[in-house]
Amino acid sequence: MNWRAAKAIYCFEMARMWRTLAQSIASPVISTALYFVVFGAAIGSRIDQIDGISYGSFIVPGLIMMSVLTESISNASFGIYFPRFTGTIYEVLTAPVSYIEVLLGFVGAAATKSMLLGVLILSTAFFFVPLEIRHPLLMIVFLILTSVTFSLFGFIIGIWADGWEKLQIIPILIVTPLAFLGGSFYSINMLPPVWQKVSLMNPVVYLISGFRWSFYEKSDVNLGISLTMITVFLIACILIVRWMFNSGYRLRS
Amino acid sequence: MSEILSIQNLNKTYEGGFQALKNVNLFINRGEIFALLGPNGAGKTTLIGAVCGMVRPTSGQILVDGHDIVQDFRRTRELIGLVPQELSTDSFETVWDTVNFSRGLFGQPPNTDYVEATLKNLSLWDKRKNTIRTLSGGMKRRVMIAKALSHEPKVLFLDEPTAGVDVELRKDMWDQVHALQKTGVTIILTTHYIEEAEEMADRIGIISKGELILTECKSALMRKLGRKELVLDLAEPLGTLPDRLTKYKLDLNAERTAIKYEFDSTSDDNGISELVGELVRSGCSFKDIHTKQSSLEEIFIRLVKK
Repeated sequence: MNWRAAKAIYCFEMARMWRTLAQSIASPVISTALYFVVFGAAIGSRIDQIDGISYGSFIVPGLIMMSVLTESISNASFGIYFPRFTGTIYEVLTAPVSYIEVLLGFVGAAATKSMLLGVLILSTAFFFVPLEIRHPLLMIVFLILTSVTFSLFGFIIGIWADGWEKLQIIPILIVTPLAFLGGSFYSINMLPPVWQKVSLMNPVVYLISGFRWSFYEKSDVNLGISLTMITVFLIACILIVRWMFNSGYRLRS
Repeated sequence: MSEILSIQNLNKTYEGGFQALKNVNLFINRGEIFALLGPNGAGKTTLIGAVCGMVRPTSGQILVDGHDIVQDFRRTRELIGLVPQELSTDSFETVWDTVNFSRGLFGQPPNTDYVEATLKNLSLWDKRKNTIRTLSGGMKRRVMIAKALSHEPKVLFLDEPTAGVDVELRKDMWDQVHALQKTGVTIILTTHYIEEAEEMADRIGIISKGELILTECKSALMRKLGRKELVLDLAEPLGTLPDRLTKYKLDLNAERTAIKYEFDSTSDDNGISELVGELVRSGCSFKDIHTKQSSLEEIFIRLVKK
């Protein structure tokens, strides 16, 4: 195991975040704060409580999750795609590293950035809405699992993409709709029965539901199912990355 | 001199069926400078890529310092440094940071003294705090060499090291490569510039259409394949060559003012004395006589065209 290599990649990626602080942190924090203002304070005051929780407070876990998973994908996909685009990936490919060190570096950094972002958004939320976290440890577990899993997913997209357009296509066309329809702004119990069943096919529902449970002990789906689903997705992503490195898919000719 | 790199029966066929390498066998001695010459698309970069881990060989075996590059990839990659053809750099990083990053990536502990010495040797020390995007092309090339040397490799691959570099910098780079060799690093370079190979290499390999046509010590190659040319500038234009001279296969230029005679410089009986005697007897007078050695470039063209 080449720990120094993993550390080098991790530090390199984190340094990129500090260089682009406005893009990496400020931008998502500001846009999420705007959600709190619009949906929490302005519109939220006219909406009834959901599951006994004020609307402003209800949307906080969903908004954090939405930002964390989109930023995880964005950070990780860009992190690996940019060296492929500029050609500097040759260094990683010729270094004495396996896919494990590469993942620890790139995905570890992307997940760290997302977690920082999640914590920042959570801190921001305290300024706008009343919040309680009944199971902080579980909340952290969900935050870590989501950051790592979706960073892995972003990493896969970054290897798969062979152009800037493709890099954006899955986040825009698939992930954003899934995130919006994943129960960030509503409980899926509010949907007609048919759409409730359709929603259960959306993996983001399980994330948001489980994460919300850690806050208010209220969820759309069983907590155990939420944890199982995200673990299954995590393992699937690791296996795909492993295959990509072993086969050289879009990395080695 | 023991081998540091051994390539046996190496083949590479890309998806689509293009065979980039055809049964390549190559052995590189420790501490030598080996120049791999070949036209565009000959397979030079594929060969380097296969050794460094960027290209997956279809078949064959590559050993670096006795270690297999597949089974013992960590060990072999630690031993290799690569300067690719393209100027691929992290534009927003400083020279210092990017070189230290490379050192860490290759599993080496931080060593500021070594990195400092490397940057000083490559005349980069004054630029260590500059971001790479602010550097000239030649400086960027040096940064890439510094990155490749950052983990103290035993074998350095230079893929077209002086492509796009001006003459002065090129010569400077040659000096640096010679200096590296003195530290014990084995250097394998690919180049289009025959002059570069002639100037730097101890041995030369010529690759064409994926096949390694020959590998030879530079001086032996020059001796073996280097033909000499005798040029006789005539005092007056000659109408036609006298019949008695046909056996010499002479070449009269278009202006009919110079005769060229190609001879084997290694042979004792090169026919020069007889030819000059025959010309004098035929009434030809000369204003100048000179000889010219075939350059490596001419040898290269001759071999590749075969």
